[in-house]
Amino acid sequence: MSREVHSGPTDEFNQARGEPYRGDPEGGAGTQPQPLDKLPLDEWHRSKGARMVPFAGYNMPVQYEGIIAEHLWTRENAGLFDVSHMGQLFIHGRGVAAALERFMPGDFQAAKDMKPKYSLLLNEEGGILDDLMATRRGDDFYVVVNGATKYADIDYMERRLQGGVVIDHMRQQALLALQGPKAAEVLDAAIPGVAELGFMEAGPFRAFGHPLWISRSGYTGEDGYEISIPALAAQDLADWLVADERVKPIGLGARDSLRLEAGLPLYGHDLDDRTTPVMAGLNFAINKRRRAESGFAGAMRILAELQNGAPQLRVGFDVVGRQPVREGAHVLDGEGNEVGRITSGGFSPSLQRPIAMGYVATGLAEPGTALKLEQRGKLFEARVATMPFVAHRYYRKGAP
Amino acid sequence: MSLYFTKEHEWIRVEGDTATIGISNHAQEALGDIVFAEVPEAGRRVNKGQEAAVVESVKAASDVYAPVSGEVIEGNQAVADDPALVNSDPEGQGWFFKLKLDNPGELDGLMDEGAYRDWIKTL
Repeated sequence: MSREVHSGPTDEFNQARGEPYRGDPEGGAGTQPQPLDKLPLDEWHRSKGARMVPFAGYNMPVQYEGIIAEHLWTRENAGLFDVSHMGQLFIHGRGVAAALERFMPGDFQAAKDMKPKYSLLLNEEGGILDDLMATRRGDDFYVVVNGATKYADIDYMERRLQGGVVIDHMRQQALLALQGPKAAEVLDAAIPGVAELGFMEAGPFRAFGHPLWISRSGYTGEDGYEISIPALAAQDLADWLVADERVKPIGLGARDSLRLEAGLPLYGHDLDDRTTPVMAGLNFAINKRRRAESGFAGAMRILAELQNGAPQLRVGFDVVGRQPVREGAHVLDGEGNEVGRITSGGFSPSLQRPIAMGYVATGLAEPGTALKLEQRGKLFEARVATMPFVAHRYYRKGAP
Repeated sequence: MSLYFTKEHEWIRVEGDTATIGISNHAQEALGDIVFAEVPEAGRRVNKGQEAAVVESVKAASDVYAPVSGEVIEGNQAVADDPALVNSDPEGQGWFFKLKLDNPGELDGLMDEGAYRDWIKTL
């Protein structure tokens, strides 16, 4: 038996786009692999039976009891995710809001206090360098970026920020996510008041003798929280949470299948520096004032694509049959021409069938369009699907 | 009856000139939740080292190679219908296919059960 194709967010399996390494004619011979960083909860994960794999420069838990069981547990109860590999940045100084607007298309100047906003770090060609969450805290911004891109992000921003604006990398902070329909009742018992937050609201709290920053947000499609906590207190919180029978620790594997069902793109797979916000269907992240004023990295291309459409669009696929179609598969039209590429795909534990996400020529992006997918020489029938595949269940204040 | 294992984590149970082939418990644990299995049809000829079946977990797709040459007598429809059987009973009900052996000599050099279980501890 041999492993052929891997998918998902672990770069145990690396080469996100399935491209061979081309940079070094020696094929990396004689180079030392980079040592992996350790999560603050590394020992804790192992003690809970985690299988650890390299991801984003860290050893990370990919699963505990099994991806499907963990996935379904999160949809029905509450799952605890360690996302401490992500970069937590505190960006501050004179003119910070205007400075951030140079490479992100959000309205940071009018951003309301303690309301996280999804935004995109853009290059000059309008390609996406990262997707992130930015929250105004008074005059400053708290920004959470992807783990695999954090050092490049910091470097990119620092080279474009003026003297007065400073990025602090909050290396001493762990980041835990509690996700699922029971997350609010569980967390509110430990940290009273968190249940009052609405979806995409955040605030400072105190627990276990430490200050915490908690936002009601996440990347599973479920209600839940992301909790920034000093690394030295992370184990106390994790222990307290999993002592509750409604909570189990959940690995990266289920995090990937949950976000795929929720239709949420994963950076390095569904988004990269050749993808624009319009191609990716992330137009909501391009603020109205910013569209009118232009003046952000890549604005010329992005505004033209908003006006005239992008050549390709990110779509979902329902795949006929039972076999998963994964990242790297080709999308073909009725005549067998390649019209796109799968960027994420796998078996949906909630729907018990294969689903996928990818890019197709804009004329073929209409939901219901029948296309073929080609993987390892085999053709699969597929249909463009409306995302999310599994409805979001975010907590909206005032909603019934 | 004798039981053999390969370094590719397949097992081969031989009775007369019939070989039943599946993946080891170690292999199913490494793969995790299995969501798809494709088995060969009766009558197909497979050569040693040729891909004969497909197994896919949530995370990974793998080929199952024929560890010996022969003609497929039966593919296990039960694992095609319920791939999780490979997780729950990998070395029993979760077999993949049966072959009529071309050359029993190909079994020489494969590991017996004790040697295989010892070897995987070193991985």
